[in-house]
Amino acid sequence: MQTHHAKRIEIIIETPALRTLRRALERAGVKGYSILPVMGGRGRSGSWSREGEVGIASSMVTVLCLVTPERADSVLEAVFEVVERQIGIVTVSDVEVVRQERF
Amino acid sequence: MNDMLGLASQNLLSPIVLSFVLGLAAALVRSDLSIPEAVAKGLSIYLLFAIGFKGGVEVAATGLDALIVMALLVGFVLSAALPLLAYALLRILTRLERVDAAAVAGHYGSISIVTFVAASTLLQSQGIHFEGWLVAVAAVMEVPAIVTALWLAGRSSAGREGLPWREISLNGSIVLLMGAFAIGWITGPTGMSEVEGLLVLPFKGLLCLFLLDMGLIAGRGLRNSAHLLKPGLILFGLLMPLIGGMIGILSGWALGLSTGGLAILGTLAASASYIAVPAAMRVALPEANPAIYLTLALGITFPFNLAFGISFYLLVARWLTGD
Repeated sequence: MQTHHAKRIEIIIETPALRTLRRALERAGVKGYSILPVMGGRGRSGSWSREGEVGIASSMVTVLCLVTPERADSVLEAVFEVVERQIGIVTVSDVEVVRQERF
Repeated sequence: MNDMLGLASQNLLSPIVLSFVLGLAAALVRSDLSIPEAVAKGLSIYLLFAIGFKGGVEVAATGLDALIVMALLVGFVLSAALPLLAYALLRILTRLERVDAAAVAGHYGSISIVTFVAASTLLQSQGIHFEGWLVAVAAVMEVPAIVTALWLAGRSSAGREGLPWREISLNGSIVLLMGAFAIGWITGPTGMSEVEGLLVLPFKGLLCLFLLDMGLIAGRGLRNSAHLLKPGLILFGLLMPLIGGMIGILSGWALGLSTGGLAILGTLAASASYIAVPAAMRVALPEANPAIYLTLALGITFPFNLAFGISFYLLVARWLTGD
């Protein structure tokens, strides 16, 4: 099957900053993304768990998006503007996609 | 003194406080006891709806007057002004950075609705009446403190996009509380008689489960972040609710509230937010360490108010009114 190169950008970010990140992605021309809950973890501010939380302040989400290699830099710049002040991790990996026109 | 001890021991040995202690102890000994996220959220929706509804029914029964408007105004001013005092106290007692001190101060101007619920439950168990519409004052007190905290941190806005004021002012808790208040007000005692099977009878039992969860969260926070709580910060977490509580009681006294009303306004001014303000601070002041303000509000001030503070505010209120 014919496949095409793409960049997979994965952003783990605090839930309160999600709205700002979504706007930044949409402004940068990202056509679609998925949001996944993060169950818990440990970082520089200590451990945390999603269980029992009554507010969103200490919860985190993962945002996944696929973009063409040409668009990756501009998307990353937009993402970094949001993430640089927040707790979060941004990773980029090379992937193959089947339907290139969707990204 | 005997009154204080009697009230404090009665409160300490109530199912509500003991449920919190159970959660706290379970987390501290690393038990795997946990309340699923969806259940915790469901319980919080239930409590907010029930307390809002009851407040509305009270207004339907007693009517609306100028005192309510004055109390709303006082609540707004208390919320905006208390962070100034908290900030000054933090600068004296701790070595927190300016941004951390401002973020913590913001939490102490805003309120904890669960502390409000615990205080109202204690009053009911003592047969003490309070103005049910104070729930609307609680809603008004959620947000102004955030503006003061930003000002203290030297910010007029949060980053390029600014703060999402619409989301903060209309966050789920406020909408639910005020919406249920409106339903209770519109439907009055007749409406209450239709739903009391859900909103009144199981209330205390479900509050116990919610406080069990709060104990677990507080215990986990203390276990993971106890190293951040230096003596000065702990002292602040115990002193600030007493100062805020006294200011709240005196404000209520000036307004002419009942004994129960004074205890409730004192409790609101003494409590620290751990839902609305932390979320706003993560957007507005992301440089501030969330472990400090969450652990302080949930791990120190909330248990203090639950175990001792509320009884103390009630005692001061009784002393002031001579009841």
